[in-house]
Amino acid sequence: MTAGDPILERWQERVRAAHAARTPLAIRGGGTKAFYGEPVAGEPFDTREYAGIVDYEPTELVVTVRAGTLLADVERALASEGQMLAFEPPHFAPGATVGGTVAAGLSGPRRPYAGAVRDHMLGVRIVDGRGEALAFGGRVMKNVAGFDVTRLMTGALGTLGIVAEASIKCLPVPRVEATRAFEVSADEGIRRVNEWGGKPLPLSASCFAGGRLLVRLSGAAAAVESAIAKLGGEAVAEGAAFWASVRDHAHPFFASARDGAPVWRLSVRSTAPYADLGGETLIEWGGALRWLVAPRADAAKLRAWAWANGGHATLFSAQERAASALHPLPGPLAGLHARLRAEFDPRGILNPGRMGAVA
Amino acid sequence: MLPPSVHAQLAAILPGEALLTAPEATRPYECDGLTLFRELPAAVALPDTEAQVVAILRACHAARVPVVARGAGTGLSGGAMPHKDGVVLSLAKFRRILAIDPLARTAVVQPGVRNLAISEAAAAHNLYYAPDPSSQIACTIAGNVAENAGGVHCLKYGLTVHNVRRVRGVTIEGEVVEFGNEALDAPGYDLLALINGSEGLLAVITEITVKLTPKPQFAQVALAAFATIEAAGEAVGKVIAEGIIPGGLELMDQAATRAVEQFVHANYPLDAAAILLVESDGTPEEVSAEMADIKRVLTDSGATEIRVSKDEAQRLLFWSGRKAAFPAAGRISPDYYCIDGTIPRKALSGVLHKIAEWSAEYGLRVANVFHAGDGNLHPLILYDANVPGEADKTIAFGDRILDLCIEVGGTVTGEHGVGVEKLRGACNQFAPAELERFLGIKRAFDPHALLNPGKAVPTLARCAEFGRMHVHGGELKHAELPRY
Repeated sequence: MTAGDPILERWQERVRAAHAARTPLAIRGGGTKAFYGEPVAGEPFDTREYAGIVDYEPTELVVTVRAGTLLADVERALASEGQMLAFEPPHFAPGATVGGTVAAGLSGPRRPYAGAVRDHMLGVRIVDGRGEALAFGGRVMKNVAGFDVTRLMTGALGTLGIVAEASIKCLPVPRVEATRAFEVSADEGIRRVNEWGGKPLPLSASCFAGGRLLVRLSGAAAAVESAIAKLGGEAVAEGAAFWASVRDHAHPFFASARDGAPVWRLSVRSTAPYADLGGETLIEWGGALRWLVAPRADAAKLRAWAWANGGHATLFSAQERAASALHPLPGPLAGLHARLRAEFDPRGILNPGRMGAVA
Repeated sequence: MLPPSVHAQLAAILPGEALLTAPEATRPYECDGLTLFRELPAAVALPDTEAQVVAILRACHAARVPVVARGAGTGLSGGAMPHKDGVVLSLAKFRRILAIDPLARTAVVQPGVRNLAISEAAAAHNLYYAPDPSSQIACTIAGNVAENAGGVHCLKYGLTVHNVRRVRGVTIEGEVVEFGNEALDAPGYDLLALINGSEGLLAVITEITVKLTPKPQFAQVALAAFATIEAAGEAVGKVIAEGIIPGGLELMDQAATRAVEQFVHANYPLDAAAILLVESDGTPEEVSAEMADIKRVLTDSGATEIRVSKDEAQRLLFWSGRKAAFPAAGRISPDYYCIDGTIPRKALSGVLHKIAEWSAEYGLRVANVFHAGDGNLHPLILYDANVPGEADKTIAFGDRILDLCIEVGGTVTGEHGVGVEKLRGACNQFAPAELERFLGIKRAFDPHALLNPGKAVPTLARCAEFGRMHVHGGELKHAELPRY
């Protein structure tokens, strides 16, 4: 941890005091993903004061950023050097921070082809539940010293430590991107994206909704052109805007969710057959991610379906929660979660309950 | 020696030939690929079912007997070195590829399946398993997971952790647990990432689902010669600044090219201070466009000579020297010691100059090969173990290089693991509170520290024995200054 940084020292003092008094802390950045996970009751702990890009070296493909930095600011800095965060993190609303992006661990349309947030994480600095400032990983691509705490923190929703700083791998922006559309059934769409995924094609996103399959191709101009020649389909103008709308749930499919209808996130084997789960479905990630907006969905049935198809179901957002946010874990895994939590936050003061029964 | 009651239990679990206790039978297991560290185990168990693994672990757990899981024993950090009072649990008999799903692009395999065997089995579908550690012909997939193994294509295709979907394992208490699943993420903490690179400390792996990747249609490699290490290092930065992520990007210094040339006759330019190998893969159109960019950047960076492979035979010839670097070191010297630090690329020339200076000081030759794309540096220190004192001098030299890697903002191990070899380095890289969290993770999985004890994560007492200061990279203001 940067020695003597006054903000971090204050964070450490505050967490130490909370640890001593067993005061729960509700960690927040921009609050753009507050809907995700279970609600937390605690003293607000705002990370936004600790902001700024600490180091960015385009030729090293690494950016080191303080947690409170706006995701949009980081993306702008990378774009000015022709680079990007390849996991295409959702913003959902203005104000999303890097700390929240890491803690939530959510990735966007490019995920199946470029990797998730965790795949790009190289290092973190955290303040754990005892108020200790700790650094794990680093700024290099290859690092197998010690357990991979960096990835353990990614997606832990702040329950193992407050993310203070993250070092993240950056990649070049593709030279060319093109979006193509195909009129197909859901089953046909699932089959096609999986078949294409097994070929050396420059796929970078897919989305099926309302009888239309859209795919994005990214790469060298020659590669994109030859892929278009192979796949056919019709050209889609405004591709960038379309994928941003899928990423941020601004796509019309999610319209009723904005009025509070429950949104389910079903993460399954990419080849899982299409199933009528009681509502409209939008299929991303080459078939591996299915969004369902279903006011009267049966949580137990959805979870059984997702589990049977090699994955899990998250109640992603809802005004009124009729089920736990997270898919329940099998016994031995739940035990490991509880013991890990106890090591990093022995008094359970960091975002208690945000992960539900787990943490 | 095993407690007689444990021996009796293991003998009841396993057929006679699958439990070895005589020294002449356990001798082949005394070390892994790092022969500097050896120990005979009390017993070697060779189960071939998960139920046997569960039973062995339960018996050992109840009697507090250490267990060291082992794949092919190709590791380079002593991670599979036995415990003298413990059981080596070999997974060598788990050699079946259970399923390949070409549409979902996954393979379900047993832990003892060789890395290359997966790609061979997937080849019929034009798919392969991307991580390719140099030992891929022999090393097992569970060993790859335990070490989070890399290879020469990591920058573009990732490490083991990026290519594994699901790991099924057994805890020391004999509980079967699944980390990850068939989807692209799993609920809760990312324990799948934690298992990758955990060096056999958290669970014994019994099944793995890996991601398969479409085979690139075409690949071409450019070989570029440079008059100075600096120029070669800068060329690497310029290739990346150009927005190119090569399939492979390797640097060899002159000592390395000269060593391999006598061995493989790759026709490397031996007067060059360093050579770069830059590979482009993809569709023919993609490769042709990218190779034109690569050639331009290499020329602008002062390459004195550039050769682009004309066909597959020539591509393999260009690579043959790089792939033969370790065996070549073994040919020109009685022994060699491979260091595995990672550094920011920009620190390369400073670090190589320091290594050259120390090479003269210790009177030990060094050949350097560098995974330039991801900053993973392998100096090969050439020595003769039969010369009294030379092995100790070699270890001291290696330690000094690793300390330098930490100081310039890197790490003591990029892909070989800490094992027993780099415990001292881990003490230097991590602060006591960080090591304490690692030990906490260990406790969460294995409260009595029975799985591969004494490896990967040093205890604070062990660090005190080394008597070394923690020299955390981020805190040092004068990274260029050596600490000696």
